[in-house]
Amino acid sequence: MNSLFQIRDNCMTIRVPEELDHHNALPIQQEADEVMMNRDIQTIVFDFRDTSFMDSSGIGVLMGRYRAIQRKGGRIQAENVSDRIEKILQMSGISKLIPVNRKREWL
Amino acid sequence: MAVEGPAAARPETPQNREQRKGVIMENTNEMSLEFDSRSLNEGFVRVAVAAFATQLNPTLEEVADLKTAVSEAVTNAIIHAYEKQVEKIRIDCRVRGREMEVEIVDHGVGIPDVQKAMEPMYTTKPEMDRSGMGFAFMEAFMDELRVKSEPGVGTTVWMKKKFGCQSGQNDLSGDA
Ligand SMILES: Nc1ncnc2c1ncn2[C@@H]1O[C@H](COP(=O)(O)OP(=O)(O)OP(=O)(O)O)[C@@H](O)[C@H]1O
Ligand SMILES: [Mg+2]
Repeated sequence: MNSLFQIRDNCMTIRVPEELDHHNALPIQQEADEVMMNRDIQTIVFDFRDTSFMDSSGIGVLMGRYRAIQRKGGRIQAENVSDRIEKILQMSGISKLIPVNRKREWL
Repeated sequence: MAVEGPAAARPETPQNREQRKGVIMENTNEMSLEFDSRSLNEGFVRVAVAAFATQLNPTLEEVADLKTAVSEAVTNAIIHAYEKQVEKIRIDCRVRGREMEVEIVDHGVGIPDVQKAMEPMYTTKPEMDRSGMGFAFMEAFMDELRVKSEPGVGTTVWMKKKFGCQSGQNDLSGDA
């Protein structure tokens, strides 16, 4: 299994890579779908602590997982986002659907 | 934003010939790259363009804006223009004074309705987790955006950014 994924009970945490573009999104999408097929995931946490770059492909990753988890009545959140990532999430409108927590600057 | 009709290359007119000559006297600097439409190249290309922009002493935010816009245009050429084929994508950058122009050219499937394609949240590939935000980000992060496209011929995305003035921060529609 991908080291970016951590599963505890029915919570899946995805440690997002430094740059979340189309190229890096593909394996994350595949792995997330596979895990969700095999387990009863109710919570997805995207941990952005390492991430400095994201484009619309990242929005697609979040939206796709949001729709999938909505169907199961679960929830999804974005953690440790930088100012830049927060801005991208806000501009796309996705932060109205998903709780977004900023990175604590002293971390 | 400006949407232009189909036309692959920019025609040579007396006016832009003059401009081109003038360019040599002005403070300009150009860089071009041609690369395969493999997703692997997305990171390299946006970093190359960002590195070229360092001559403008950009702020971190300006660099991030440029990288995002370039990434959007290049990704579109890879996933929409050429779908599963590997073909060439060309990117031309020109610094003139405090501005940078970037043009991304593909010879892929083209866009039947450019105006519609540029609407936020419009995508022809929703099943592939596309959100339809690419053009919206290019528009928000650059100062000018022009898209020329012709089905079966290809697409040219031209963008310009001014550096050293915090004006380029057009906010997107809040209802996205
Ligand atoms: N270079 C291109 N060649 C052909 N079609 C394109 C090209 N660029 C964009 N398009 C078309 O325009 C649409 C909108 O593009 P845009 O980048 O805004 O959204 P997207 O790529 O579908 O999704 P996202 O960028 O959010 O992942 C695309 O769905 C595609 O149909
Ligand atoms: Mg796109």
